[in-house]
Amino acid sequence: MVSNAGSRVVQILDKRERELLAAWVESQLKSPGLRRDLIQEAELREQSREFLRRLRDAAATAGVDDIDSKAWDPVREQLRVLSTERARRGFTPSETAMFVFSLKEPLFARLRQEIGSDTTVLAEETWVANILLDRLGLFTTEVYQQGREELIARQGEEMLELSTPVVALWDGILALPLIGTLDSARTQVVMENLLQRIVETGASIAIIDITGVPTVDTLVAQHLLKTVAAARLMGADCLISGIRPQIAQTIVHLGVELQSVTTKATLAAAFAVALQRTGQTIGRVRPPA
Amino acid sequence: MADVDRIPIIKMGEFLLVSIQVDMHDRLAMTLQDDLTASIVRHQARGVLIDISSLEIVDSFIGRMLGNIAAMSRVLDAETVVVGMRPAVAITLVELGMSLPGVRTALTVERAMDMLRAAVGPAVHMGRVDGSQPE
Repeated sequence: MVSNAGSRVVQILDKRERELLAAWVESQLKSPGLRRDLIQEAELREQSREFLRRLRDAAATAGVDDIDSKAWDPVREQLRVLSTERARRGFTPSETAMFVFSLKEPLFARLRQEIGSDTTVLAEETWVANILLDRLGLFTTEVYQQGREELIARQGEEMLELSTPVVALWDGILALPLIGTLDSARTQVVMENLLQRIVETGASIAIIDITGVPTVDTLVAQHLLKTVAAARLMGADCLISGIRPQIAQTIVHLGVELQSVTTKATLAAAFAVALQRTGQTIGRVRPPA
Repeated sequence: MADVDRIPIIKMGEFLLVSIQVDMHDRLAMTLQDDLTASIVRHQARGVLIDISSLEIVDSFIGRMLGNIAAMSRVLDAETVVVGMRPAVAITLVELGMSLPGVRTALTVERAMDMLRAAVGPAVHMGRVDGSQPE
């Protein structure tokens, strides 16, 4: 009677929906894992009601064997929305999955009441219900993970753009404050941004400030030199500033050749050089107090 | 586009202006080297200005050609300035490992002219001590 397996689960979902919902919501509310700071009781109630309704419809039309089938689309859709939403609000994966798993207890209790002493049928039905809820729970976790990964990927992209601003310091002088590690991908973005801005502004000097670069190894130095060389090909001189004492030591120990570039300890010093080279000065309007 | 077999070399005072507006192929580059060195000698030019703002595609050959032209000009006592390189071209050349160390660069033609004037100093006029022009 394989085809019959799960029929009692469907029956319970259909006949005792209201009762099941009440028990389920209650158990969710009582659970210590419920994040009352992140979700309202009314919203939880509404989500549970909607989920049970969709679950009942799907189970009644297509049975409980294959949750990937078309009839289960509404259920999966709701779980997807719910999971993404919870991921965004800051629920942990287990707290998100508990939404589905917490349905087990009330459902099993009703199975026991319905079937009573027939242990073979009870075990079979419990098993079917168990598998169904496990699959739905895993699906929730999967979507949660996906949502998180998309978030991370998007943030990575945003960071790449945010972290490479090119600012105009003065007439014909650009500054490029670098924050974070320079890898090949970032160097490419930095280089493109810088060269594009040189064309746009007609700047003749660019100051690359590496105060925010935590470590300078041979690779980072090579990337810096590439950027300097590319800017020079366009007709703009580059100065490198913000070299911390520790980094100066590292550069020498590694034998990195920075001879071809003017380097300065601070952005202010580099700016002074840039002003001098472009034939500009900044002076006080009145003597210091 | 008609196949161009020569790149014009324009004389501007004591400087020569070369504007590369077509994609360079190898033979064109060789012809340019010949023409340019001949022009420098004929006009006794003190500076060469190569405008590559229309150049979209470079390869290592073109890169080397630019370097060679600069070196040849220097032998003939003329400074070379490469003008208006596009960002994409600059990145490509750097990735190819050709940062053209011996070549001066400028963003615009005006700046390149200023640079050349500063580099070669005031023009030396040939004349006689009594002020009359040579025959």
